[in-house]
Amino acid sequence: MSEKKSIPAVIEMRDAAISTLRDSSLTVVENVNWSVASGEFWVVAGQQQSGKSDLLMTAAGLLLPSQGSCRVFGCETGSFGEAQLAERLRVGFVFAGGKLFNQLTVAENVALPLRYQKNLSVAEASREVETLLEIMELTPFADSTPANLATNWRQRAALARALILKPELLLLDQPLGGLGARHRQWLLHFLEQLQRGHEWFGGQPLTIIASTDDLRAWRNPQRKFAVLDEKTFSILGLWNEIEFAQNHAVKELLAEPTGAIM
Amino acid sequence: MRGNLAKAFQLTNIQVFRHAAMPKSYTDQLGRKLFLALLTVQGLGAFALITLGVIINKFNFARSVMQPRIRHEINRSGVSLLPMFFFVALALGFLVVGQTVSALAQVGATNYLGSTMVIVIVRELGPLLTVMLVLARVGTANVIELGTARALGEVEALEALSIDPVHYLIVPRVIGMMLGIFSLTVYLIIGALASGYLFAFLQDVALTPGDYFKQITEALSWLDFALLALKTMAFGFFIAIVTCYHGLAQPLRLEDVSRVAVRAVTQGVVVCVLIDVVFIVLYLVT
Repeated sequence: MSEKKSIPAVIEMRDAAISTLRDSSLTVVENVNWSVASGEFWVVAGQQQSGKSDLLMTAAGLLLPSQGSCRVFGCETGSFGEAQLAERLRVGFVFAGGKLFNQLTVAENVALPLRYQKNLSVAEASREVETLLEIMELTPFADSTPANLATNWRQRAALARALILKPELLLLDQPLGGLGARHRQWLLHFLEQLQRGHEWFGGQPLTIIASTDDLRAWRNPQRKFAVLDEKTFSILGLWNEIEFAQNHAVKELLAEPTGAIM
Repeated sequence: MRGNLAKAFQLTNIQVFRHAAMPKSYTDQLGRKLFLALLTVQGLGAFALITLGVIINKFNFARSVMQPRIRHEINRSGVSLLPMFFFVALALGFLVVGQTVSALAQVGATNYLGSTMVIVIVRELGPLLTVMLVLARVGTANVIELGTARALGEVEALEALSIDPVHYLIVPRVIGMMLGIFSLTVYLIIGALASGYLFAFLQDVALTPGDYFKQITEALSWLDFALLALKTMAFGFFIAIVTCYHGLAQPLRLEDVSRVAVRAVTQGVVVCVLIDVVFIVLYLVT
């Protein structure tokens, strides 16, 4: 018990009801009881419109639960304000599609959080930005605007922007959506490195939560899985526990798409 | 910071009234219009106060990012509009000032020239014309830019990066518009008065440049300078608030942006006229 108290869960949701960004009166997921420990890699699966994005945004403190509570690093998200800025900067969020700032270049997008939070000039931030762009193979696109980038690279630039402040918790909404096979492989491998402790983070392991509407790509014995179906959040456990699951929603999320060649 | 946005934008239930079926009786329709107007005023007021609070509380925060953004907005709302204002000043001088000077000279009333110019150009036409032009050129662009950013989810992206959207997006626009409108009004007044005399001179009006400008300077008091500065700053602040509020106030879809831009410009014009009325009362009282 005392050990649990000393290391609070990274995310702790208790009887949380998740509402949508567009309509706070509309509940999309009810009674979420979920605890994410440091260093874990969670995959939250669900069909489209099942509330994955809203759940992730609530977990990141970007939306408030309409009922129940959500604590991030032991801090109630409802009280997130200027005083909790340090806690908030420990959370990185990557939106589906990236949501990069269209008027800024890739390098400026990546540099913005660093420059804003630490009051750095372009020159002062450039070394860190260049290093990260190089790690993520984005250097050739540094001066391109998002409109001129393919989805693959936009998604990667968004990940770089979320990582520049070296968060401890990383949430990714549909990170594999629209990516080509090579980029999928690269991203899965990179996320694995981040979870184990990438040299960019000084070997510090990251807690990662990703959402998906196709479970097959996330097959890994170390990852934990949960599913959203009919307003219900269910924890499935490790991969070997879900492979033989009788849950209808899980079967659909594991099924080959209709008309698939393989 | 998220609390800021939530507070300012919780009035989005205005949309419920806008999209509801129109009531059948005229009195009910009038009642709904009045209710909507009150909700808009409440929303604008809350947004203005929140923006003021952020300007004060985060005056020095993230200077290396904010200063270039403020410079950019001053350039957009001021410096880059100078050629257009040069043309408008010439036109205003030729069309209004020149004719007024000429008409006053014909009836031998050149003694009233100074006070007429001060009332018409310095107090009224200069500031009002400037704010209308800036509203049309920059205010509309503000609504479209912010509305598009909102529709594309850039505001949520800022929040996810712990960047206050009011500080990052609104504060530079407010400061840029306040300083831009003030400076452009001064240039417009000087340009209109000078080109007005040029027009009168071409019509052989018996008035030396010395007499012309002496009359104007004698008609001006310290109060005119103070109220001109206050009025133009107020114009800039509220135009920026109205346009930014409509751009950011509610979750928008891309197809909503043009409709919201029209509404913002209409409300901007109404706000300018109301501010003008307040200053007319101030002039009359003082």
